[in-house]
Amino acid sequence: MTTAAQEWSSPPVDRVMVEARAAALGCRSIKTDAKRVGLGLAISMMDLTTLEGADTQGKVLALCRKAIQPDVRRPSVGPVAAVCVYPSLVRVARAALAGSPVRVASVATAFPSGQSALEVKLEDTRRAVGDGAHEIDMVIDRGAFLSGELGRVADEIAQVKTVCGAAHLKVILETGELGSYDNIRRASDLAIAAGADFIKTSTGKIEPAATPASTLVMLEAIRDHFFRTGIRIGMKPAGGVRTSKQALHYLVLVKETLGDDWLTPELFRIGASTLLNDVLMQLAKLEGGAYEAAEYFTRD
Amino acid sequence: MSIKLATSQPPAPSRRELRFGAAWPYSPAKEGTGPVRLRERYEHFIGGERRAPEGGVYYATVSPATEEPLAEVARGDEADVERAVHAARQAFEPWSRLPGLERGKYLFRIARAIQERARELAIVESMDGGKPIKESRDFDVPQAAQTFFYYAGWADKLTHAFHGRPVRPLGVAGQIIPWNFPLLMAAWKLAPALACGNTVVLKPAETTPLTALLLSEIIEAAELPPGVVNVVTGFGDAGAALVRHPGVDKVAFTGSTAVGKQIQKALAGTRRRLTLELGGKGAHLVFQDAPLDQAVEGVIQGIFFNQGHVCCAGSRLLVEESIADALLVKLKARIQTLNVGDPLDKNTDIGAINSKEQLERIQALVAAGEAEGAERYSAPLPVKERGYFFPPTVFTRVAQSSRLAQEEIFGPVLSVLTFRTESEAVEKANNTFYGLSAGIWTNKSARVFDLAGKLEAGVVWGNTYNQFDPSSPFGGYKESGFGREGGRQGLASYLHVG
Repeated sequence: MTTAAQEWSSPPVDRVMVEARAAALGCRSIKTDAKRVGLGLAISMMDLTTLEGADTQGKVLALCRKAIQPDVRRPSVGPVAAVCVYPSLVRVARAALAGSPVRVASVATAFPSGQSALEVKLEDTRRAVGDGAHEIDMVIDRGAFLSGELGRVADEIAQVKTVCGAAHLKVILETGELGSYDNIRRASDLAIAAGADFIKTSTGKIEPAATPASTLVMLEAIRDHFFRTGIRIGMKPAGGVRTSKQALHYLVLVKETLGDDWLTPELFRIGASTLLNDVLMQLAKLEGGAYEAAEYFTRD
Repeated sequence: MSIKLATSQPPAPSRRELRFGAAWPYSPAKEGTGPVRLRERYEHFIGGERRAPEGGVYYATVSPATEEPLAEVARGDEADVERAVHAARQAFEPWSRLPGLERGKYLFRIARAIQERARELAIVESMDGGKPIKESRDFDVPQAAQTFFYYAGWADKLTHAFHGRPVRPLGVAGQIIPWNFPLLMAAWKLAPALACGNTVVLKPAETTPLTALLLSEIIEAAELPPGVVNVVTGFGDAGAALVRHPGVDKVAFTGSTAVGKQIQKALAGTRRRLTLELGGKGAHLVFQDAPLDQAVEGVIQGIFFNQGHVCCAGSRLLVEESIADALLVKLKARIQTLNVGDPLDKNTDIGAINSKEQLERIQALVAAGEAEGAERYSAPLPVKERGYFFPPTVFTRVAQSSRLAQEEIFGPVLSVLTFRTESEAVEKANNTFYGLSAGIWTNKSARVFDLAGKLEAGVVWGNTYNQFDPSSPFGGYKESGFGREGGRQGLASYLHVG
């Protein structure tokens, strides 16, 4: 795919109205059964993530254990959808998760900046897939995007997709660096056209990371693609989602924008490192009627 | 009696259709009615006292969502109006001589009391009128308080309102308000009238008297001098008596154009002043370059806010033909996500139709539209044993000459028409005897400003809809009425400007 910048035309986005709509969906009142089911969904859709320079084998092993069984006292809770790690730790995660349904996702393509030669990005991806990653979370080249080289961005996505083979490709737009909802929409359309299986808001390394409004813009791009082609693209807000309330807000956004078919880990994920314990705490509260002390939940 | 509505069944899921349904249903999230203590029976509020109706007649005000009676309310007649106008006349002289600063203090006190009793007022508004609690909680009640705050600020600055020209109050204002925003319309009427030094006889709509009566309790507790505000509840005959009464110096009416015309005839040849805020048939103009998803949101807000019981509702959707299909796909998907049901549920988007009469009127116009050949699409409606409900409905292939495009439906019914050029859009938008509101959806801001001057509508919104603020004047062109409410302009309706 080598499409020139001027050939990309995406519908405009009105900032005020999209933010108002996203905020309005945050006012849904999620109680009792709906809350229990919603929190369960949130866990099943979680990409439990560790992306630090200090990541080690031990840290990843602990996270994988948590992914399979988030709460030892409540064995029916979990597992999460995937564990997301750097490429160098894919093998460790694969081994730790062997026999479980939890997928291994790996960031790639010179995460988080994307500022590297295409060959390096492709090799990065190739190795992660070779080491057993089920899913690749690539970053787009924001420098290229913002300088108008949209064709180059699309090209890179298409080539990474080829290298991914059977692995699922999530394309990180890094919405916090794109500067406008129009750009978020354009980048979403571009990533989808270039072969993304999922589009993802953020690396988690830049503020703002995921926001309800940027997520809504991306969901609208997914919806338009579905109306055009019948193909369902997945969505992953990531970064900054720390509370159950936020997670439920994102679920409401999906439910009321794309509907029932997207309420599955196949098509919706939440990327988070600290969200899980808050969800476990809320579930325990629904069960027991009171909040349990933070010490009851493992720090991993 | 329960009303069963024929609704179209949800279409079978096909390859490109979104499904909104059972995957993750919201649990009931009902607002508790704990803060509400309704009395069994409400009298008029005249001369600072609760006064039983002269005729001894009371009627029941009913919850449109359950058809259960909520309370008995005095049914006013000519004698009650006579007493109320007399009380208002008595109170006028001292009230109008009070320094503006002092009048302002009373208004501030009312505004704060509305905030303090906000939750109770919101719940009662939803119980009596059928509107979703999220709207009464987040719109009606806060806006009502804000209106009092705003005009409280004007009370001591009236001489500065019209470039230094001297001003004096009109006298007794007879104010007749509708059932769609009962508390807010009471605030829109009372606050400027009182700030300007007038006294008032307020006649709430017969189906929704309760929040105006609660407001009269607030006014009483604020120790407003007796007779400055009087509330006479009842039906159209009480309103007519108020309009005819020679002791009323000014009539302010919000309601239907038909009644507005009767009032104007009744006042012809008298020196009594009149402002009318009447019906509407607002148009959305959606151009090819519009931010389409946000336009859909605006259209949804524009027509389904308060079940479409809004005089400035965007009930006509004029869409550029080249994007009509794409817009309709989105619109039909979107209306499936509207939750229709219990007004007190916090997740309800569309509550109950205000009354049986209004429901029947909507049904009749919808039937007429179907008979005229328009294509109907209604979202599925949950089965209700009781109450007055109507599903969000969109009509396509509506002709300009159709009743759907001409008459005010005042319900959750949208008529879709197409246009080819900008000038055709303006022509169609203006081709109605109403002229209250319009919305323009385009990515070209220059077009918004250009068309705002060409549309015959009292309010034109650009890439948004139904935005209100007490500082912004509101009112109509043509048969949507005259006079402005809100803002500095709203003062002119209650003052002689020298």
